[in-house]
Amino acid sequence: MSAAKWRRAMNSSAAATDLSRASRGTPVLHAAATPGMSAQAPAEAGSRSRDALRAIGWRHAIVLAFVLAYPFFATPFFTFQIGAQALALGLIALSLTFLGGYGGMVSLAQMTVAGFAAYMLAIFGSSSNAAISLGWPWWLALVVAVGLATLVAAGIGWLSVRTEGIYTIMITLAVGVAFFYLAQQNYTVFNGFQGFSKVSPPVLFGIDFRSPMAFYFVVLACSLAGYFLVKHLIRAPFGIALQGIRDNPRRMQALGFNVTAHRVAAYAVAGFLAAVGGILMVWYNDRISPGTLGIGAMINILVIAVLGGMKHPIGAFIGAIVFVLLQNFAIDLVDRERFNLVIGGVFLAIVLFSPDGLLGLWQALRNRVGNSISPNRGAGRIHR
Amino acid sequence: MSKRSWGLWLLFGVPIVVFVVWALWDNYTLFLKTFLNGLTLASLYFLVASGFTLVFGLMRNVNLAHGSLYLIGAYIGWYVGEHTGSWVLAVFAGFLAAAVLGLLMQLLIFRHMQGQDLRQTLVTIGLSIVLADIALWIWGAEIYTFDPPSWIYGSTTLPLVNKFPTYRIFVFVASVVIGVGLWLMLARTRIGMMIRAGVDDRGMLAASGVNVQRVFALTFAIGAGLAGLAGVVGGTALSISPGEDTRYLLASLVVVIVGGMGSVVGAAIGALLIGLAEQFGLAYAPTYSVVFTFVIMVVALAFKPRGLMGKNA
Repeated sequence: MSAAKWRRAMNSSAAATDLSRASRGTPVLHAAATPGMSAQAPAEAGSRSRDALRAIGWRHAIVLAFVLAYPFFATPFFTFQIGAQALALGLIALSLTFLGGYGGMVSLAQMTVAGFAAYMLAIFGSSSNAAISLGWPWWLALVVAVGLATLVAAGIGWLSVRTEGIYTIMITLAVGVAFFYLAQQNYTVFNGFQGFSKVSPPVLFGIDFRSPMAFYFVVLACSLAGYFLVKHLIRAPFGIALQGIRDNPRRMQALGFNVTAHRVAAYAVAGFLAAVGGILMVWYNDRISPGTLGIGAMINILVIAVLGGMKHPIGAFIGAIVFVLLQNFAIDLVDRERFNLVIGGVFLAIVLFSPDGLLGLWQALRNRVGNSISPNRGAGRIHR
Repeated sequence: MSKRSWGLWLLFGVPIVVFVVWALWDNYTLFLKTFLNGLTLASLYFLVASGFTLVFGLMRNVNLAHGSLYLIGAYIGWYVGEHTGSWVLAVFAGFLAAAVLGLLMQLLIFRHMQGQDLRQTLVTIGLSIVLADIALWIWGAEIYTFDPPSWIYGSTTLPLVNKFPTYRIFVFVASVVIGVGLWLMLARTRIGMMIRAGVDDRGMLAASGVNVQRVFALTFAIGAGLAGLAGVVGGTALSISPGEDTRYLLASLVVVIVGGMGSVVGAAIGALLIGLAEQFGLAYAPTYSVVFTFVIMVVALAFKPRGLMGKNA
């Protein structure tokens, strides 16, 4: 295969997050060099905090007020099963959105990283299996688990950035499934099929974080922190460079950027987010077993990210909410056993007809109704 | 051969030779039986992975629904076998069913999104979810087994190993025959020439007046059909149940990553490595057998990112 063909193949896979717009090969870096594409980021404005305040629209205020007030009017079932679960899943999906949407590397191993963090928490912390769990204090186990999972994510990244484009999805899938089988077969460390149970959140300051409302707020705080971390990172030089690498790695290499280091770092950041999400998941489920990180779960994370749309960090959370709602209420519409058919069908429909997910649908709707309120949004390849 | 590759051969060759000598000395029957089982598994993996690699090499389409094609082929083969009583018909039915399904996928979906690698892959993921659930719906969670005809059933006495199931020998022979047939088709026939030309340069092939879409459809049908055929053959060697699709998808992924994408010879080498590693892992270090597979993949990626037989860009 000729070099030119390879470049085209690579470009097309990197641009796959931006399917509808065939802006391949356009000099995207100029966009990076000219800030202030939207009102959100006027570069010359002096104080950053004022900028941040101006960027807050009424939509943000309403959403924030809603998520804060939500547990006070929702039933415990809705707070815990729907709210907390959707936010925790959304956080893991957010790591994939960051990696895929901004780094151009669609990794299926995010659930593996999350599950690894959960396993580490169970092994270093306390669980019902006293023979394996080391019983360290929860905060130490937490730090070790997140740290190790971030390292593992960087390792997966190092492995998969050795090849490019569509190969990433294959390698991360193979890594994830291999870890699933390892966790299922191995009894000395991972306790095989049963896994670990009674991996509960701690009781702090007299508050039991297992109670729906307290747990909801923990998850909400983590999700908001993760959301704003990603929002910040994609505007920081690192994020801009990452998007440049997504669009044209050769050019970025020629400009003197270390492409491999940026990619591995992106895997590490995404791994950190996924690890936090994994800790929340294990606290939510109160247990971790190989089924939690099986191939179905790995693909569910991809489904969530694609369902919401990978062009904006909020897509991950929207996708997660829709996914969890479908999971809980599709039973009423169809047979309980046929959930996978519903979610697979919805996913297929989204991929076939709206590659940008629900966010893309919303954007198309707005463009039709409002005749493009902010024409710059989504047109440039650098998303802010 | 350069100094570096000599070093690599020594690094991996010496421990393997030491292990082989120790295992032969320790218990040669176990070693040889494991070796033959590894060959059987490798044959199955080769049957599944050769279709996968063919489709990927020509169309850049990572068909993650390949495992589902395996499973659907196996189920339909079982249905036909059960109603006609003929195992040979079941094999044909498995091949045909998967080939038709693959053809439909290519004609209805993939030809409309050429060049969009990631989107195609996402579609195959969606399809694999839907197909797996439909299969579960129709055939339930039971475990199905085939009854192969008596001439390949039973066991054969081999020197040193004593009794070994005849069917496993048959699987190995069949996959060698199919592999050689595939290679002959690719290397000697006009269609094979077109496919190879398409792997190397799709645009040039189209420019020289070949109907690329027809070549694509044919390749997809053959690749999918091989998965369905492997479904019946593998289902007879082991059994068919939900979840087998994932197993064989993982196997073909790893085989193709190790062997190099788009290369049938690479698929054979990869299948041999993975099949042997898995069986030896199961026999000598049961709880860590997946780790061997994984280590092979990591080592292959570390030294040859495009696989052992992969072409460099």
